[in-house]
Formats: sequence, C-alpha cells, structure tokens
Amino acid sequence: MWQLLYENLEQTVAVILFGIGFSILLLQRNLIRKIIGLNIMDTAVYLFLASMGYISGRKAPIVVDGVTQTTAYINPIPAGLVLTGIVVSVSFTGIMLALTIRLYRRYHTLDIDVIAMLARGEDA
Amino acid sequence: MSKRRSDWESRPQARFRKWYKEGFLALDNEIIDHLTRTTELPENIEDRLIAQQEEMTSRQHERTLALERLDQYNMLAWARTRGRKAISRLYVILALALGAMMIFFLLETVALMPRFGDPATPGANIVSERYITKGLEETGATNIVAGMILDYRAFDTLGESTVLFIAASAVLILLRIDRNKDGSPVQELIAAESDDRHYEPRNDRILQGSAMILTPIIFLYGIYIILNGHLSPGGGFSGGAIISAGLILYLDAFGFDKAGRFFTYKTFTWVSFFSLSFYALAKAYSFYCGANNLPSGIPLGTPGAILSGGLIMPLNIAVGMVVACTMYIFYALFRKGGL
Repeated sequence: MWQLLYENLEQTVAVILFGIGFSILLLQRNLIRKIIGLNIMDTAVYLFLASMGYISGRKAPIVVDGVTQTTAYINPIPAGLVLTGIVVSVSFTGIMLALTIRLYRRYHTLDIDVIAMLARGEDA
Repeated sequence: MSKRRSDWESRPQARFRKWYKEGFLALDNEIIDHLTRTTELPENIEDRLIAQQEEMTSRQHERTLALERLDQYNMLAWARTRGRKAISRLYVILALALGAMMIFFLLETVALMPRFGDPATPGANIVSERYITKGLEETGATNIVAGMILDYRAFDTLGESTVLFIAASAVLILLRIDRNKDGSPVQELIAAESDDRHYEPRNDRILQGSAMILTPIIFLYGIYIILNGHLSPGGGFSGGAIISAGLILYLDAFGFDKAGRFFTYKTFTWVSFFSLSFYALAKAYSFYCGANNLPSGIPLGTPGAILSGGLIMPLNIAVGMVVACTMYIFYALFRKGGL
C-alpha cells in the first residue's frame, strides 16, 4: 500500500489536506478558523482534480503548430472543473465572511459556542 | 380568587417555574412568608406549644432545604467545570478519530486509483479526446480549455458568473450601511468612517507613488489576459481578478473619494447587468442555432489570430467585467460597508 501511495503522491497529499481541513472544521471554535478549514478542503479538491488530469510527458492543452493528436496534450476537463470550483469557493467564502462580520457586530465574539449560548439567551 | 391563586402557586409546576426563573432564594422566601403569615399569636398554652412545634418543623425544613441546595450546587459545579471538560475532551477525541478514519479510508481509495500520469486513466476518455481533436476546428480557440468552458460548456460558465453575482448581492445585503431617508448619515456609517480613517493608510506617499506606476500596468496586464484568453492560458476569470487587484490598489492608495469618481454602485449594477445579459443572449442565440442545425453566422477566424474563436473573446470580456466588479465590491464592502 505504501508503494502505491508513494506513486500517487499528489493524490495522497490532497486526501491528507482534505482530512486536515475537515478536522479544523470540527475542532476549532473560532468562525474565521472554520472558514480557513473549509478553504483548505477546497484546495485539496483542486489538487486532486489537477493531479487526475495530468498525463506524464504531455503538454498543457494549448494547440501549438496545429497538432491536434490526443497523445500530445493532457486532459483539459479537470482544468474546467477546478475553475468552477474556485469561483464557487470565492463566492461562498465571501458570504460566510460577511455573515461572520454581522455575528461579530451583534455578539462581539467569534466563538461559535458563546454565540450559540447568547442566541439561546435572547430567545428565552 | 385569592384561594385559587394560592392553590395555583403551591402547585409543583408553578414552584418549578419560579425556581427556574429566580432560583432557590425566592422559593425559600415564599415558604418562610407562608409560615409566618399563617402562624397567629398563641393565646393559650396549647397554642403556644403548637407554635413551638411549628417553628421547629419550619427550622428543620429550612435545614433540609439548605442541604438540598448544597447538593444541587455541587452537581452544577461539577457539570460546569469537570463535566464540561470531560465532554469537550470526548468531543475532541471523537473528532480526531473521525478525521483520522476519513483520511484512512480515502487513502485506501487513493491506493486503488490509477497511477499518477498514467495515459490509460479512465478520466481521459472519449470526451476529452473529442475536445482535443475537434476543439480547434469547432470553436476556433487555440486554448482548448477556453474553448471547452466558453463553447462546449458555456451554460456552466453562465451559472458560475451568476453564482458570483448572487454572492456579491448577498454580501451587499448583509454589509451595506445605508443612509437615513433624508440623507443624513446613520451612527454605523460614522463609526465605519472613523474606523476606516484610523486603521487604513491615508495619503501614504510610498503607496501612492507605487500605485501611480503600477495601476495602469496591472490594468493592461489584466486586459491582455482577458483578450488573449482564447490563445494562451488565461481568460475572463483570471483577467478579471487581476483587474480588480489593480482597482483595489488604487482604492487603497487614493481613498474612496477618488475611486468613487469612476466606480459607484451604479457602475456595478450596469456593468453586471449588461455583461450577464449579453452573455445569456449570446449563448441563447448560439444554443438555438446549434440545436436546430442552423448556421450561426459567427465567423471563427483563423486560429491563432486575436480576432478568432467566434463568441469566445466577447464572452471572456463579459465574464472578466463581472469578476472585476464583484471582487472590487467585496473589498469595498468588507472594508467600509459601502462605496
């Protein structure tokens, strides 16, 4: 198994990064750190997709000198998928940070437990 | 009426509610009140004896109550300090175990994946083959990725731009600080202005000098990336991000007053509106033509020339403008809550 993991080093690193981001999401109470954890998970997914598209010995999919053989270029599809992922991640990071700012203005803390406690106190 | 009320107050639910709202002290006071109120002055020996008995019982009752309260307090204290610590420690252990298990199972999967750089990977199937072999001929774009995302999969890219636009609108709703109806600033706006004046650079000579040199170069580079998107790596998203970096640099150096001369909410609204509707209309036209096997009448041009690739360059420009406006408005809203 170790040999196989070493051969797929990029994907191994991507998976470990994904796990680290997930653990940050579970363990940290600070909202900003949770958002950073989510972004680490995003990055892991981009790395995974980019490494899936690579084929050794081939070039980036930009046609040079009219060569359009499949054997000359790597797979272009993961690049498009990563582009989509980056745009969506930027959008939701913006929205989450805006929500965090609103929460901070109201409760003057970023700790999710304290915020939940204060919100419960407001309801009662 | 008063009878019913006192009945109600002596019921367990009411006593529990009172305890929940005001704690033990209120209940005890109530009991003591009750006892003193019902005890009348003794007139003969029997009454006096009864009164002594009652006093003793009430004292005993108070003592038991105090003991109960102590027990309760100890329990609460345990839950507040050590019990809470135990639960949070258990949570940390469980979370770490979950993360480690996820990594382990995903690693097992990675070991079964096709090897890195393998030409026979199932991802490189007939779809990517088609994009590579026919992409230049069908879209006219040298950059196969640009041809793919703006021609074969243009609908997906329209969705992306819309997601970005909706995100900008949501942040606008959440963070924008409006003025009062008569135009006078609200308290929040004044606070934001003073924060901005205090924490952000103002009339920094070094920053202004660098911005004067760098901003036009950054703009030119972003425009080059957008216009060359169908020929070389790049495109609307990356070029728009570079242009917005130039805008943000200008804003940081010269402040909101000068930046507001060429970029206001109106600019954002109209640029986003025209870009997105141009994109939607252009792609609707080409989808209509493609679905009905009609000639679209858009020349593909010679591959490699700047005016080639049919609709790809105008679409790149539209996407780039949306991205630049969105990034700039994100920055302005997060910094001050407005333009």
